[in-house]
Amino acid sequence: MNVLELRDLTVGYAPARRPVVTVANCLNATLEAGEMVCLIGPNGAGKTTLMRTLAGMQKPLHGHARLLGDDIHYLSARDLAQRLSIVLTERVDVGLLTAYALVALGRHPYTGWSGRLSAHDEAVVQWAIDAVGAPALAERYVSELSDGERQKIMIARALAQEPALMMLDEPTAFLDLPRRVEIMHLLRQLAHTTGRAILLSTHDLDLALRSADRIWLLPAGGALQQGVPEDLVLSGAFAKAFHSEGVKFDIQSGSFKIHPVRSGRVVVVGEGLAADWTRRALERAGFVTEGNGVAALAQVEVLPGKHPCWQVNGRSYSSIQAMLAAINDHHLTHTADRR
Amino acid sequence: MLIRVFTRCSALVAKKPMTQTLLKPIPKLSEAPTLTSHWPRLGIRWGILGLLLAAVLAVLLLSLTLGSVKIPLEDILQVLLGGEASRESWGNIILKFRLPKALTAMLAGAGLGISGLLMQTFFRNPLADPYVLGVSAGASLGVALVVLSAGVVGSTLLAGIGLVGDLGITAAAMLGAGTVMTLVLLLARRVHSIMTLLILGLMFGYLTSGLVSLLLYFNLPERIQAFINWTFGSFGGVTWDEMRILAPLVFIGLVLALALSKPLNALLLGEAYARSMGVNVNTARHWIILVTAILAGVITAFCGPIGFIGIAVPHLCRSILGTSDHRVLLPASILMGALVALIAALLAELPGSNLILPLNAITSLMGAPVVIWVIMRRRNLRESFAS
Repeated sequence: MNVLELRDLTVGYAPARRPVVTVANCLNATLEAGEMVCLIGPNGAGKTTLMRTLAGMQKPLHGHARLLGDDIHYLSARDLAQRLSIVLTERVDVGLLTAYALVALGRHPYTGWSGRLSAHDEAVVQWAIDAVGAPALAERYVSELSDGERQKIMIARALAQEPALMMLDEPTAFLDLPRRVEIMHLLRQLAHTTGRAILLSTHDLDLALRSADRIWLLPAGGALQQGVPEDLVLSGAFAKAFHSEGVKFDIQSGSFKIHPVRSGRVVVVGEGLAADWTRRALERAGFVTEGNGVAALAQVEVLPGKHPCWQVNGRSYSSIQAMLAAINDHHLTHTADRR
Repeated sequence: MLIRVFTRCSALVAKKPMTQTLLKPIPKLSEAPTLTSHWPRLGIRWGILGLLLAAVLAVLLLSLTLGSVKIPLEDILQVLLGGEASRESWGNIILKFRLPKALTAMLAGAGLGISGLLMQTFFRNPLADPYVLGVSAGASLGVALVVLSAGVVGSTLLAGIGLVGDLGITAAAMLGAGTVMTLVLLLARRVHSIMTLLILGLMFGYLTSGLVSLLLYFNLPERIQAFINWTFGSFGGVTWDEMRILAPLVFIGLVLALALSKPLNALLLGEAYARSMGVNVNTARHWIILVTAILAGVITAFCGPIGFIGIAVPHLCRSILGTSDHRVLLPASILMGALVALIAALLAELPGSNLILPLNAITSLMGAPVVIWVIMRRRNLRESFAS
């Protein structure tokens, strides 16, 4: 069963007394129960506008977005709140609330006029806190939590709303890499185990490719494409959407690389971790490391061990930094010679 | 002393050491943990509210005994229960002067405290008070027009301060406050950002105070003195007849404010989240503005523009109770407001002397140090508002 269905949805702004601004045209896509979908696209393609429209925060210019069969923009506020919950990018300052009290706010669409929690409400709140693995945070003030802990609590709040669809706008924006991986993993696990659909927008392409069940790819001015990450990579849609000067999508590693500035080629001889990181260092410095020794600028021999060592043109270096400096020197004299 | 007791109570909510939690498999909803004691408890905290109520009653009785004449507690209770005091004049003093004054102080304090809380949450701003909407500025313009323009308009020079009675001033203040409230409500429908609304309220204040300054500049010293006396604030001017207007209006305002606890809690997360949780933000906005305007307008009309209480009481409550939950803060602000206003009224009388000090001077002199102390000691503003 489709949780969310976009049919010919056109999003944008219709300000009073000014021309209509269309941000993205004729979007068609679906979202199923129990899957985590990442919405990705270059800046300015309309991710935020689409998310705002789907959250019912603004009206579409044309077409429909159906949530469990009903048009999102015709549901009452309470009905919508029982089907859809959001986590926004901005860090909210909630004052003196404990994490538990914050998660309990998620029960709003279900409580009466006074906001009193029933035993069932409390059980759901506690389940949501357990589900994000944060029972230890329950009694702490939200203002004292780290960004990662706070994000978990915001996710628990959204979960306590018991929605069919959870929408998160860049949930990993302020987090360090381990926390990003943790939050993405948590969200995917939540989607799979609770059977709720999760739609999140992100700029973290690498992580989206690795963890999303499916991807909604929104290129600038183009049509929304959906599919599993690998299909989108193989069809070239991914590289096309993010095509930009100086940056190249590397289909081998599934990540973006800065175009090499220097065209020199360095051959790395050796196996294992030290050799892999040597290649990375050389690529970062702008050298090409593929291919054999023909017409290469230099050859680096990696001698692994407890204290690895690098040999370039018969000289030995004890760190990658020293090795890079030597190769840079060599490259400079080499190009100067050719002039 | 009282405050120290509360602080100790809230300090009992100890912080647990943070332990690293790994991702656990998620339980099915049916296997949700049963209600156990290790989860925090939310909701109204009757213990602290009871303590506050007891404090209010104690200070109420104290303020009935103290004054230019000291009346024993037994006589007070006797009179309150419908009996006779041991001296005839005492019954008069209690029923005609001290009781209406104390009741007015309680009503005004409660109303200002709760409407200050409403405004601070609504504007997400720790410096907001009941007057930010410009309601009291409207009231003061109304009063200034009545008190100061009587001669200028030239109806008759005899229509001085004596003829324009207390009730005339009250009516003018309510009219002024009501006009500004209507304007703000109409604007709130068109304005999307609450920041704009805040600035509009401030501008209303400047406009009206500009007009008041003009009126003052071209006026007679004794009329100016009468207006300035009004701006000092007083709980003493309310008669039992006027109480029939003041008490029900404040009471309605308080009940409506208590009913707003749920949308106010949702607004702690901001308007976008509140909407996503099913709160009709526009309706909530209108009610918050309406309740604040009624309370601030009516209280300003009867007691003058009383400062400090509206801004300080919510901070005191937040610091002492350690929560921003409005189900706790709203009733606590009512009681704390009444308590603070009673104490201020008591101090302004300077018990044992015949001197009466301006109320606004007392509220500021008494309150500001207390608030500074509480906020510095407990948690700073950044944590309660973090804005």
